[in-house]
Amino acid sequence: MSRESIVNVVLMLGMLAVPLWAYSADEPFIITLTTRAAILAIAGVGLNMALGQGGLVSLGHAMFFGLGGYSMGILASHAQTYTPLMTWPVVIEGTSSMPVIWLLALLMSGIAALITGALSLRTSGVYFIMITLAFGQMFYYFAVSWPAYGGDDGLSIYVRNQFPGLNTLDPIQFFAIVYGVLLLALTLAGIIARSPFGLALNAARQSPARVEAVGISPYRLRLAVYVLSGMVTGLAGALFADLNRFVSPSMFSWQTSGEIMVFVILGGVARLCGPVAGAAVFIALEHFLGGLSEYWHVYLGALLLVIVLFARGGLVGLVAGQRHAHD
Amino acid sequence: MRMTEPVLSIQGICKRFGALQVSDSVTLDVQPGEIHALIGPNGAGKSTLIQQIAGGLQPDAGRVFLCGRDVTRLNTAARSRLGLARTFQVSALAMEDTVLQNAVLGALGATGHPFQMFGSAMGRSALRSKAEEALRRVGLSDHAHTQTAELSHGQRRQLEIAVALTLDPKVFIMDEPMAGLGTQGSQTMTAFLNTLRSEAPILMVEHDMEAVFALADRISVLVYGQLLATGTVAQIRNNPSVQQAYLGTDT
Amino acid sequence: MSSILLAEQLLNGLQFGIMLFLMAAGLTLVFGVMGLINLAHGSLYMVGAFAAAAVAGATGSFTLALIAALGASALAGALVEIVVIRRLYRTEHLDQVLATFALILIFSEGTRWVFGSFPLYLNIPDTLSGSVTLPGGIRYSLYRLTLIGIGLLIAFGLYALIAHTRLGMQVRAGQSDREMIAALGVDISRLYTLVFALGAALAGLAGALVGAIQSVQVGMGEPVLILAFVVIVIGGIGSIKGAFVGALLVGLTDTLGSLLLPLGLAWFMEPSAAASSGAVLASMSIYILMAAVLMIRPSGLFGVRQ
Repeated sequence: MSRESIVNVVLMLGMLAVPLWAYSADEPFIITLTTRAAILAIAGVGLNMALGQGGLVSLGHAMFFGLGGYSMGILASHAQTYTPLMTWPVVIEGTSSMPVIWLLALLMSGIAALITGALSLRTSGVYFIMITLAFGQMFYYFAVSWPAYGGDDGLSIYVRNQFPGLNTLDPIQFFAIVYGVLLLALTLAGIIARSPFGLALNAARQSPARVEAVGISPYRLRLAVYVLSGMVTGLAGALFADLNRFVSPSMFSWQTSGEIMVFVILGGVARLCGPVAGAAVFIALEHFLGGLSEYWHVYLGALLLVIVLFARGGLVGLVAGQRHAHD
Repeated sequence: MRMTEPVLSIQGICKRFGALQVSDSVTLDVQPGEIHALIGPNGAGKSTLIQQIAGGLQPDAGRVFLCGRDVTRLNTAARSRLGLARTFQVSALAMEDTVLQNAVLGALGATGHPFQMFGSAMGRSALRSKAEEALRRVGLSDHAHTQTAELSHGQRRQLEIAVALTLDPKVFIMDEPMAGLGTQGSQTMTAFLNTLRSEAPILMVEHDMEAVFALADRISVLVYGQLLATGTVAQIRNNPSVQQAYLGTDT
Repeated sequence: MSSILLAEQLLNGLQFGIMLFLMAAGLTLVFGVMGLINLAHGSLYMVGAFAAAAVAGATGSFTLALIAALGASALAGALVEIVVIRRLYRTEHLDQVLATFALILIFSEGTRWVFGSFPLYLNIPDTLSGSVTLPGGIRYSLYRLTLIGIGLLIAFGLYALIAHTRLGMQVRAGQSDREMIAALGVDISRLYTLVFALGAALAGLAGALVGAIQSVQVGMGEPVLILAFVVIVIGGIGSIKGAFVGALLVGLTDTLGSLLLPLGLAWFMEPSAAASSGAVLASMSIYILMAAVLMIRPSGLFGVRQ
C-alpha cells in the first residue's frame, strides 16, 4: 500500500471514530459537526474531480451545492404543506424521501452543469474562472429574487427527510447515511481516475494538444467530468440542506464556491481524500478558532496564504509526500 | 503523372497573419509508401502549414484531403480519428504520466471510445499490449514505467512516434523528428523511419539534411510561404533556385 | 412620463456602467500586464469606501474623503502587491485564486474588526446634492451626473496614459511580451507595483463615489467584482476599450432589464406574475448577455482570438 493509501484509510477511519466516540460519550453536537465535515467533504470530492483531474478551476460550484439544497427544500416544502409541486401536465407531489430528493438534486445539478459547462468550457484559463464565478452569482440572484420559495429569507423544513429503515433524526444514523454517500463519492472518483476516461482526462489537463492528436476531444472530456463533478456537489447540497433543515440563497453565494475550493486545496489537489482532510480541518478551525475570536476568518486567510505560498501539495501532500507517477 | 490516389493532398492552401502571407497557395501531396520531406529556411511557414494540415489552424483558402475525403472543416481530433498521426516539434506529452500511460492514451484514442469510465485503463490488455508493442518498436520498452518528464530529449522524440504508431495511421505528419537527437540518435531514427514507410507514408518537416537526403522519396521546398519546388532528391539538389534560396545559405 | 422614466434609467445605467468600468479597468490592466487574476480587487473597492467614509466623518470634507480613498486604496494595493501578489505572477491561476481569496477574508474580517459590522454612511456633498433639469425636461441627480463626468474623464485619461506616455508604452510592451520589457531595461517589479496600485486606486475611487449613494459595508466589493468579471469576459481580457464597452453594456442591460422586462411580460401575463418573473429574469439578464457573447465570440468583443 502506498503512503497516500495509508493516509486515506487513517483519514476515513478517523472520520468514523470521532462520531462513534461522541455517540458513546453522548456528545450529539460533535456528531453533527462531523456530519457537517463529511457533507462538505462530498462537495469537495465533487469539485476535486473537475479541478484535480480535469484542471478546471471552477469558482461556481456553489451553483450545484445550492441546486441540491433547493431540490430538497422545494420537494420537502411541498410535502410539508401537502400541496402538489405542479398539476400540469402531470401531477407532481412533494416528497420527504431522501432517495427521491437525491435523484432530483443529481438531475438538476447535472442539467445546470451541462448548460453552464457547455458555455464556459468554450474558454479556458482566467476566462473560465470568471465565467463560472459569474454563473454561480446568477443562480444566487435568481434564488434571491424568486419569491415562491422564500426568496432572500430562505426556506425552513421542520422535519428531516426520511430514509428507508433508518431514523434520520438520530444524529448518528444521519451521520451513517452521509458517511455512506461520502464513501460512494470517493469510490466513484477513484474508479474514474483509474479508468480509460480518467487517463484521457488527466492527459488533457497536461497536454490538450496530445489528446487531440490521438483523436479525442478535450472539450467533451472536460464537459463530462464537469457534469459528474457538479452532480456530486449537488448531492452534497441536498444533504447539507437536510442537516440544517434549512435552505437559503447563501448556499449559492460566491463564498460557498470559495470555501469548497478551500477544502480541496487545503487537503491537496487531485489527492483522492484531500477534500476529506480539507473539510475536516476547516470545520475544526471554524470550531476552535471561531471559539477564540469572532474574526477567525482573518486567521483562516493567513493560514491559506501560508499554504499557497509555502506548502504546495496541501495537507495530504505534507503527510504522504510528493506524488510519483505510477501505472 | 499521378499513378495512385494520394493518401494526403493539400490544394491551394492560403493563410495570412495580418500583413504576413504565411502560406501562399501551397499544393502538395503524399503518395502511398513515400517519405515526403518539407524543407525550407526558418520562418518559411513550415510549422504553420503542418498545423493547417493537422487541423489546429483553419486555412483562409484551399482544401485538405485525407484519402480522398475533404477534411478541411474537421478539427484536429476528427482528422486524427480518420488516420492522420502527428508528432510535435516540441514534445506534447503528458509529462506527469509514465511512458506506458502515454502510449496507452494513443491506443485508447484509436479505439474511438475514450468515454469508458469503469475498469482500469492500464488493466485493459488490448490497450496495453498495443502500447507495449509500439514502445518495443521504438526501443523504449525498458523505460515503460519511467515518468515521461524524466526522459531525455531524444527519448521523448521516440515516444512521440510510439504514440503515433498506436493510432494505426493512414499517414504520419512529423514535425522535426530528428531535432535534438545527436548523430547516433539521428542515424537510429533514420533507419527506423525507413522501415516505417511501408506501414504508412510520412510527411516530415526536417532540418537535418543528411537525414532528408537519406530518407526522402520527394522533397518540397517552402520559402516565404510559397512552394519553390517539389521533386526527387536529385532534382532538388540540382535546382538552381533552391540552391540559391536555401541550400546555399544553409551549411 | 414613460419616456422620461426611460431616459432617467438610461442615465442610471450609464452611471452604473461607468463605475463598473473603473473596477474593470484595473482588473484588466493587472491581468493584461502581469497575467494575474485578482479576486481581492473588490476589497480595494471596499477599502476606498471605508477610507472615504471615515475621513468624511472626521473632517466633513468630501474632497478630502476622495483623496483619502485614492491614497488608502493605492497604498493598500502597493502593500499587497509587495507582500503577496508578486510571489504569484509565475504560479498557476489556481494559486492566484486561492491566495487572493485568502486576501478577501483578511481584508473583510479585518475591516469588520476595525469598523464593526454596521454600515457607515457617506453623504453626498451639499454642492452636488439635488437635481438638475436636462434638455427634454428630465430631472436628474446632479451627483450621479457628476459620477458620469468623472468616469468619462478617467476613461479618457487612462486612454491617454496608455497611448501616449512612457508608462503606457511599458504597459503595452508588457502586455505583448513580458520578456521584452525586461530586455528594455525597465524595472519590472516597480512597474508592476505601479500598475497594481493604479488599478487599486481606481477601484478605491469607485468605492468611495458609489459609497455615497449606497451604504458603506463589509462585503460591498465582491458583487461589484463579479460584475466587473462579467464586463471583462464580454469586453475581452486585457483590453481597456473592451472594458469600457463591456461596462456600459452591462450597466445598461442591468438597469433597463429591470425596468423593461416586467413591462414587456405584462403584455401576456397577469401583472403580479409579470412583475415577479420580470424581476427574476432581470436579475439574470447580464449573465444571459454574457452567455450570448460567449456563444458568438468566446474571447470577448475586443479580446485576442485564442
